[in-house]
Amino acid sequence: MATPANSIDPSEVAKFEAMAAEWWDPNGKFKPLHMLNPCRLDYITTQIATQFGRDLTAPRPFEGLRLLDIGCGGGLLAEPMARLGATVVGADAAERNIPVAQLHAEQSGLEIDYRHCAAEDLAAQGEQFDVVLAMEIIEHVADPQGFVNTIESLMKPGGLMICSTLNRNPKSYMVAIIGAERVMRWLPVGTHEWSKFITPDELYALAGNARLDPVDRRGMVFNPLSWRWSLSERDLSVNYVISAVKT
Amino acid sequence: MDNPACRAIVSRMKHDTDILIAGGGLNGPALALALASAGLSVTLVDAAPARERATEAFDGRAYALAVASQKLLAAIGIWDGLSEQAQPMMEVKASDGHAGEGAAPFFLHFDARELDQAPVGYMLEDRFLYRAFIDAMEASDRITLLHETQVTGQRIEPGGVVVSLSDGRELCAKLLVGADGRRSGVAERAGITREGWDYGQTALVAAIAHEKPHHGIAHQFFMPTGPLAILPLKGNRSSIVWSETNENARTIAALDDEDFLAVLRPRFGDFLGEIELAGPRFSYPLNLTLAKSYVAPRIALVGDAAHGVHPIAGQGLNLGLRDVAALGEILVEAQRRGEDIGALDVLERYQGWRRFDSTSLALGMDTVNKLFSNDNPLLRAGRDLGMGIVQAMPGLRRGFMRQAAGLSGPLPRLLQGRAL
Repeated sequence: MATPANSIDPSEVAKFEAMAAEWWDPNGKFKPLHMLNPCRLDYITTQIATQFGRDLTAPRPFEGLRLLDIGCGGGLLAEPMARLGATVVGADAAERNIPVAQLHAEQSGLEIDYRHCAAEDLAAQGEQFDVVLAMEIIEHVADPQGFVNTIESLMKPGGLMICSTLNRNPKSYMVAIIGAERVMRWLPVGTHEWSKFITPDELYALAGNARLDPVDRRGMVFNPLSWRWSLSERDLSVNYVISAVKT
Repeated sequence: MDNPACRAIVSRMKHDTDILIAGGGLNGPALALALASAGLSVTLVDAAPARERATEAFDGRAYALAVASQKLLAAIGIWDGLSEQAQPMMEVKASDGHAGEGAAPFFLHFDARELDQAPVGYMLEDRFLYRAFIDAMEASDRITLLHETQVTGQRIEPGGVVVSLSDGRELCAKLLVGADGRRSGVAERAGITREGWDYGQTALVAAIAHEKPHHGIAHQFFMPTGPLAILPLKGNRSSIVWSETNENARTIAALDDEDFLAVLRPRFGDFLGEIELAGPRFSYPLNLTLAKSYVAPRIALVGDAAHGVHPIAGQGLNLGLRDVAALGEILVEAQRRGEDIGALDVLERYQGWRRFDSTSLALGMDTVNKLFSNDNPLLRAGRDLGMGIVQAMPGLRRGFMRQAAGLSGPLPRLLQGRAL
């Protein structure tokens, strides 16, 4: 199989390099994602280690696990997963993200299979994964139940889905729409549609309807004093993440 | 679909080592051992020849290790082999001495019994500490030691840092750590500027043999021309760190051993009986230098490369080991999350953790030194009173003591004696 890097048009490389640098600048356009990333990674790595009995202090603990990152963007989650030894497929519906992510992986010495496709395409091809990540993506899809059903069909028995999104309540409207988009300008206005946000109970129900077994839910909370995100067992009022297992 | 033209443009980055450390002093080896113990591969580049410092004869150099530093050495697995050779410090007595007058009425007295643990710290000779570092690094299959080699250049690439060595090789690492001292080449090449100033003082360092036992008590006399520290070594020996104005120091350094002792005796006092030299004498000009940033993309500075402080109270090595503990913990945490350990947002966590602590301590030490290295009678009265107040307020004194022992602030795991 030809790696996508080899399909990059040389005349486009400089442009993609600039775009990759932009994706990966911790103080640039994607700063909010970079700030959230350690918190997301703490959750993801712990859940995978628990589900598959891996030791996170060992080198390349996810060796042998096949992982799909839906909505991979520039590869902010795909690269850490590959670094930890997982065999990673990154899928994104935005075509321009694919060569950018591929180029950055090459620069970082990582092998990642990036594909311009939707989750449904991978399901139609009969692809199977131990882990499916759907982080900050379900609030953007038209049919959340259909999306979770597709994820279920992509999972091997014993596989793990990790899905994060935004809760729907007055506080999340204030924080995510008014705060993040209009006041802080962390995200472009219109990034999120509040009515598409999903409560944790609704997300558990979507997973249950897809015959997945929800096993964990956790809040991701931004602390304006430390200027850091951290995981919370109690506060799922705005950002949160769940894990579900295919039995 | 192969496109050879493109392949030439985008070649996959290959790392020769996870972390390349420039500088084989003490912080570099400590960091190498901490990182290797957590599974990272390290290449340490040392300008000095192998074992030059690891000779058996005592060369006069010794360190005052804070309790937290001793815990770090335990956590990286080298304290067991050192504990026999280390002299515990049970008390630190600080007083405002005036040559020929004895100590002032008010003096600071730090007693190990006031902290939750004993002792206050340890004195350890350089030959033992350095030997333990070398032996442990040679025993680790994750550490590559390059002696008599220098870093001559560094180039930041999107996926790594390419480091040129004096032997003509180029090595690619995820991160380059500058543990290369106050004239750090790593910092200079990264465009990190420094600020600092000269104290106009020089530290005279020597080992002294004395007639009477020191009972594990360390003394610090603050004198008009600079502080004199008397720190207990194993046996009836002590290490002195004697700061003088540059002019005085030049004169004293030029004296022969007998005349040197004749000048030292009235300052040292006779509480330990007869004294004589127990090793060679050294002199170090004192200056303060602070790097304006501790990190840059794929670059981190530790120890004197980040902050060269006045060696008063032996804080230089202890501060450096606190950098080692914080950077080691940040990097290992990042590695276990799958993050790129050379990325600026990872390195900024280290800077955020360390910068306030080391800068405030550097400035604090500078203030203490300026205050005490002065014979203005008003200042002298003021500081005698200040010392009396600090002494009279146990909370304040304990705070000062815990800071000196490296026990304040959020403590990295290694400084608590815990593995990464």
